[in-house]
Amino acid sequence: MRIVIIDDSGLRATVLEEGLRDAGYDDIQIVSPRGAFVARLERMAPDVVLMDLGNPSRDTLEEMLTVSRALARPIAMFVDQSDDAMIGAAIDAGISAYVVDGLRKERVKPVLELAVRRFNAFAQMQAELEEARTALSDRKIIDRAKSILMNQRSLSEQEAYALLRSSAMNQGKRIVDVAQALITASDLLGGV
Amino acid sequence: MTDILRIAFLPLTDVAVLAVAKERGFAEEEGLTLDLIRSTSWATLRDRLVYGQVQAAHMLAPLAVAVTLGLSQQPAALAAPYKLNVNGNMLVMACDFAAALDPDHARRLADPLGTAHDFAAAIGLWRRKPVIGVVHRFSSHAIMLRYWLASAGVDPDRDVVLRVLPPSLTVEAMRAGEIDGFIAGEPWGSAAVEAGLAETAAIGERIWQRGVEKVLAFREAWLEDNPALVDRLLRALIRAASWCDDPAHHGELSHLLSDPRYVDQPADLIARALTGRMVVRAGQAPIVNPDYLLFGREATPFPWRSQALWIYSQLVRWNMIDHSPDHIARAGAVFRPDVFRRALTGTQVPMPGASMKVEGALGLPLAVGSRGGAGITLGPDRFFDGRIFDPERINEFLNGFHPTR
Repeated sequence: MRIVIIDDSGLRATVLEEGLRDAGYDDIQIVSPRGAFVARLERMAPDVVLMDLGNPSRDTLEEMLTVSRALARPIAMFVDQSDDAMIGAAIDAGISAYVVDGLRKERVKPVLELAVRRFNAFAQMQAELEEARTALSDRKIIDRAKSILMNQRSLSEQEAYALLRSSAMNQGKRIVDVAQALITASDLLGGV
Repeated sequence: MTDILRIAFLPLTDVAVLAVAKERGFAEEEGLTLDLIRSTSWATLRDRLVYGQVQAAHMLAPLAVAVTLGLSQQPAALAAPYKLNVNGNMLVMACDFAAALDPDHARRLADPLGTAHDFAAAIGLWRRKPVIGVVHRFSSHAIMLRYWLASAGVDPDRDVVLRVLPPSLTVEAMRAGEIDGFIAGEPWGSAAVEAGLAETAAIGERIWQRGVEKVLAFREAWLEDNPALVDRLLRALIRAASWCDDPAHHGELSHLLSDPRYVDQPADLIARALTGRMVVRAGQAPIVNPDYLLFGREATPFPWRSQALWIYSQLVRWNMIDHSPDHIARAGAVFRPDVFRRALTGTQVPMPGASMKVEGALGLPLAVGSRGGAGITLGPDRFFDGRIFDPERINEFLNGFHPTR
């Protein structure tokens, strides 16, 4: 079974490909949806095409599936139109699947399930990465605010942090917001 | 306590009524919160609607007909009780190609028949079979382009290459030389003109003066199960549509739509379609087309069944579906004037008494009777080639095309 992944996020395609290879699928191609990708795809004669739902080139792909004479058998979206739960999970995960007509659904279903899991795992990973980035930038802001307080009010680092935290609690704000306000005010007043 | 409705849309100027209903309080007045879901392809918008991730969608009218007839992936009965706009499309071609068209730009736009013949003559001189981008096989854009090309003897399936690509990728594809021109909803044509990549070759309003464009589409079953919600939404939209038509709001509206949550393009480009001031070539004075894009006036939102059938006639003409009584019935039933009437009777909205009309017969504005309230003036709705579509005589209409195809 030849599986083609159409994706322009290299990382997500890799995450998906690795998962499929681990599960024993070894005929996998990755195509970037740029330029004449439809012609490349036709030459590959895939059995299953996986594509990110958010990819704007889906209309281009579907047009090819409609008019192509290169594909002997028509390709239909999703495996089993009666399996609403599976289709819902795929759409929630942001994935679309096109499957050659006649391919048995029990053969394709595990591929789609795996793709859904991998897409979800990738989204989770992105979210965690984003969180880590935010956390890092939050810490930098708090560190700067602490050093302003330490310089201006001759506090220890611990005291500076305690002051930020108690102000935040009193005002019902996040520490990072109080720290940011302090930095802004300090900049306006001529800086440290 | 408000009800939340999820509605999918594509970043285009004609999402205006939905955006305004949400952002200017019209939905709220009806106790609705609109959750507008931006999509980047018609396929994804369609899937979100068909598989129930959203309750409604800003959909190409021909796509709603095609999905119902089972022509676009999973078949599903869709229902369109409200038209979000008429008109708003523009065909732009690479500047080198446009050099073969009338250099008098006002005349080029005013005479689509002459321009179609100029276009036909330019095809053979171009360095390849011209590649024209269309946003979808089942778009009003593709159907209108086919209609226009065929009038000059061009076979759109043989003499040009129609390449499907989403509106947001059109400008990039022009720049890369992958396409020689495209027809799309605004602001994408204007974006290509402004970038110096293309000139306007034709505008939709001059091809069909009141051309059906985007509809608000629901799954039919959901529409039937939720009449109160549908009615409240339609009441919110009709007020938003009047707001959008008001020239006093065009500045504010173009800024609202330029937001990254909506179209994410410069406000001055978006304003062109709203005000009908279309620039044909970068740096030149605009040509004024007051009817470039309509939202509410002239009963624009009313879903005339005859318009769904006109779309069907074109699908038959281009061999996209077999002509049969069953297909006629299903295609016509996609447009739901009955729901429109139910939702808006008792409001100030002028309400046509009929559900079908002869399309293309009005050369001048015509005052017609309306049930209750004020009368309606229907705008001129002629096709540029003078053909008339009588929904009771589809066969005759289709036979009229055979000499050119």
